[in-house]
Amino acid sequence: MKKRWYDYLWILSLSYLILGFFNILFAWLGLFCFFTPLIISVVKGTKGYCNRYCGRGQLFGLLGGRFGLSRKQDIPGWMKSKAFRYGFLIFFFVMFFQMLWNTYLVFAEAAELKQVVTLLWTFRVPWQWAYHGELFHPGVAQFAFGFYSVMLTSTILGLFTMILFKPRSWCVYCPMGTMTQLICKVKNKERLL
Amino acid sequence: MAKATRIPRKAQVMESLCVACGCCVKVCPMKAVSIYKGIKAVVDQKLCVGCGKCAKECPASVIEIREARP
Ligand code: SF4
Ligand code: SF4
Ligand code: SF4
Repeated sequence: MKKRWYDYLWILSLSYLILGFFNILFAWLGLFCFFTPLIISVVKGTKGYCNRYCGRGQLFGLLGGRFGLSRKQDIPGWMKSKAFRYGFLIFFFVMFFQMLWNTYLVFAEAAELKQVVTLLWTFRVPWQWAYHGELFHPGVAQFAFGFYSVMLTSTILGLFTMILFKPRSWCVYCPMGTMTQLICKVKNKERLL
Repeated sequence: MAKATRIPRKAQVMESLCVACGCCVKVCPMKAVSIYKGIKAVVDQKLCVGCGKCAKECPASVIEIREARP
């Protein structure tokens, strides 16, 4: 099949993850993969982002497919159930707002900047080597640490299920994927359950 | 004389479990699959040749290659 320019967006996704090891402020760029899918689904009522442009999905497809890092087994039934997908979306949102709240506290100078990346919402990994400080308000960096934590955590989960199940099994429970599908369903007046 | 007619096998999507990721669209050699309004995958039964590529790729494993009853 003929490759189009957007079939190479996985390079950006990979670069994004690598850049976070050098300068955490690059994490802000991740907002693109947060707003683009939402805008496409709200304005056009499609999952055009998932279907075409998502570099993360492509990356999993490549690693699990071409590089053979996947068992290519069926995902268990409960993982594709609406209960799990919607539940994970809600959980993700709660954690996301907690991250925003922590950012707010640093902006309000009620809390200190924590130079850690929190993986799987649990493990705090020191990350001070990627912060070179002082140019912006510490709150700017706090958001970067928080957002990068979200991105790295979802990558780890995605890699995990890529190995266990099919390459792109992350797409089954990816909160952005679930959310954009929900928006499309609402927009096109389709049943949600 | 009864002629043995083979019922062609085609891709069938379990729509309620489809996550509309579009992985099936990308691998179909016949361009038979499309994503309907960001909600679910739809297979054009006239184009599908039942090769099974989409079913293999589908991360949710919600495509079956079955005999298509007209
Ligand atoms: S479901 Fe998530 S990872 Fe998969 S293509 Fe959509 S946004 Fe990307
Ligand atoms: S690959 Fe499977 S889940 Fe994804 S759109 Fe196609 S049928 Fe639906
Ligand atoms: S079975 Fe083959 S031809 Fe039919 S929709 Fe799937 S990939 Fe396309």
